[in-house]
Amino acid sequence: MSTSSISVAATGGASAGLGHQKIAFLVLIAFFAIGPAVLYPVFLMKVMCFALFACAFNLLIGFGGLLSFGHAMFLGTSGYAAAHAAKVWGFTPELALLFATACAALLGWVTGLLAIRRQGIYFAMITLALSQMVYFFYLQAPFTGGEDGIQAVPRGKLFGLIDLSGNFAMYCVVFTIFIAAVLMIWRIVHSPFGQVLKAIRENEPRALSLGYDTDRYKLVAYILSATLAGLAGAMKALVFQLASLTDVHWSMSGEVVLMTLLGGLGTLFGPIVGAAIIISMQNYLAQLGAWVTVTQGLIFVVCVMAFRRGVVGEIANLIKKPL
Amino acid sequence: MEIFGIPTQALFGQLLIGLINGSFYALLSLGLAVIFGLLNIINFTHGAQYMMGAFVAYLLLNKLEIGYWWSLALAPVVVGITGVIIERLMLSKLYKLDHLYGLLLTFGLGLIIQGLFRNEFGSSGQPYPIPEQLQGGQNLGFMFLPNYRAWVIGVSLVVCLGTWYVMERTKLGSYLRAATENPSLVQAFGVNVPRMITLTYGFGVGLAALGGVMAAPIYQVSPQMGADLIIVVFAVVVIGGMGSILGSILTGFGLGLVEGLTKVFYPEASNTVIFVIMAIVLLIKPAGLFGTQK
Repeated sequence: MSTSSISVAATGGASAGLGHQKIAFLVLIAFFAIGPAVLYPVFLMKVMCFALFACAFNLLIGFGGLLSFGHAMFLGTSGYAAAHAAKVWGFTPELALLFATACAALLGWVTGLLAIRRQGIYFAMITLALSQMVYFFYLQAPFTGGEDGIQAVPRGKLFGLIDLSGNFAMYCVVFTIFIAAVLMIWRIVHSPFGQVLKAIRENEPRALSLGYDTDRYKLVAYILSATLAGLAGAMKALVFQLASLTDVHWSMSGEVVLMTLLGGLGTLFGPIVGAAIIISMQNYLAQLGAWVTVTQGLIFVVCVMAFRRGVVGEIANLIKKPL
Repeated sequence: MEIFGIPTQALFGQLLIGLINGSFYALLSLGLAVIFGLLNIINFTHGAQYMMGAFVAYLLLNKLEIGYWWSLALAPVVVGITGVIIERLMLSKLYKLDHLYGLLLTFGLGLIIQGLFRNEFGSSGQPYPIPEQLQGGQNLGFMFLPNYRAWVIGVSLVVCLGTWYVMERTKLGSYLRAATENPSLVQAFGVNVPRMITLTYGFGVGLAALGGVMAAPIYQVSPQMGADLIIVVFAVVVIGGMGSILGSILTGFGLGLVEGLTKVFYPEASNTVIFVIMAIVLLIKPAGLFGTQK
């Protein structure tokens, strides 16, 4: 049995072309540092939350070859956890973020143990079903506020000192966390762990025969992905001061797949570009109503039929360097 | 009369609803299994195609005044033809790639179809009348059985068992099973495998549409009717495993009953019970109850 790779923009040697990635990384920092001068900061914060969400998802599919169709459960769980901790328990924002991320990691551990028992499309179906179960749980659980969600979540004071209710302070926090998380993903991908993960993606039986406990690697990758997705969800809850069922619904899981596919599966910067495009589309085409769903479906079809490398994957292919 | 403190009327009523749901689980998971067997893709559009079946019946009735009985035959054919077009134009281009691309494509198609129907008909449900011949019901002494519900369970059983018979006991079925095992060898024997794949997809999609027509009088006809159902059906497929046709039929009906029972004894869990069972099955027998791990 060959586990063929879904990633098209295969990254080259471990060290080849890292210079280009550094340049791309500086461009990324520059964009989000200057961005608020031109664009609405809350919009940019939304982009960063979803970009981190998509990067976390991509860590699993792009480097582990596992397609999760249930990542919304991590985004939503940590959103509810952060909102509840900040609003009901009066946690400071950094503690709320930590607590919420830990909740997502725990959920990742439990669901991961179940999901990695099957591969390929079964993995996708199982994660989808598990996230639907989580959705129904939140629909009925008393602390989530059902259809209303948890509203008016206080952003609080960072370390009890810095007031985050202003958008500038909040932007700085989101920006710092986002860049740190992207750096962390970059480090994971280029670590020996990341290399083993890629080996498993390319040929699992062979990695197994080389003595790697592939299930363990897959589980760790899954938990890492869940944790980072949780971090994104917790930030999102603080930025928008809202945690709602939208974030747990399966359509959110579909959206993150779309962002990553459009940007480029298995590329470092693809998910960020993909998230930026999809969020802009939702923002500026909001008056189209249900046509947004149709457009998203069309992008899926076009990407799969003709554009499998995605935006960043195409650029990387053009300059013959991994991005 | 009471059993475990539950009035029998309520108990049997929920069991009946369970059987009805089970009929749809069985029909849909059967279609998924047939498609998966030959195409190796999970058809994420299945829920949208089930919805299309219901809408074709609704439109036939309201625009052309063609009733339920004709719809039962026409809707699966119409939706099946759209399936054949999708397979020829798009899916057939993806067989050489990772199977996950087929999944992503069908997911996107599902979004498009659901979005288009929502634009056209809005999100609210449209009623569809029960055909005259099946109105009313039977009093069985311990419960009241509406005729239409009995009909749905009956048709679903007949269609499922018929499919099983064709797949396991006829020459056509043996070709299909052989092509599942080794398509290139079957092609070498002079069987037109690509056409067989196309027609199989059309047939699986037709089954979904048939389910949609039968569901129209029970649930309302709405663009969202397939979206949540299909996720439950995925769980059913994971529980049953896609190795055996009889397995997916049994699992479908069985889980419908379990869901019905849960509604009686612990209603809060009725939405999640199938997913919980899935988790337990994954722990004990990851390949599914009737599946074989490849």
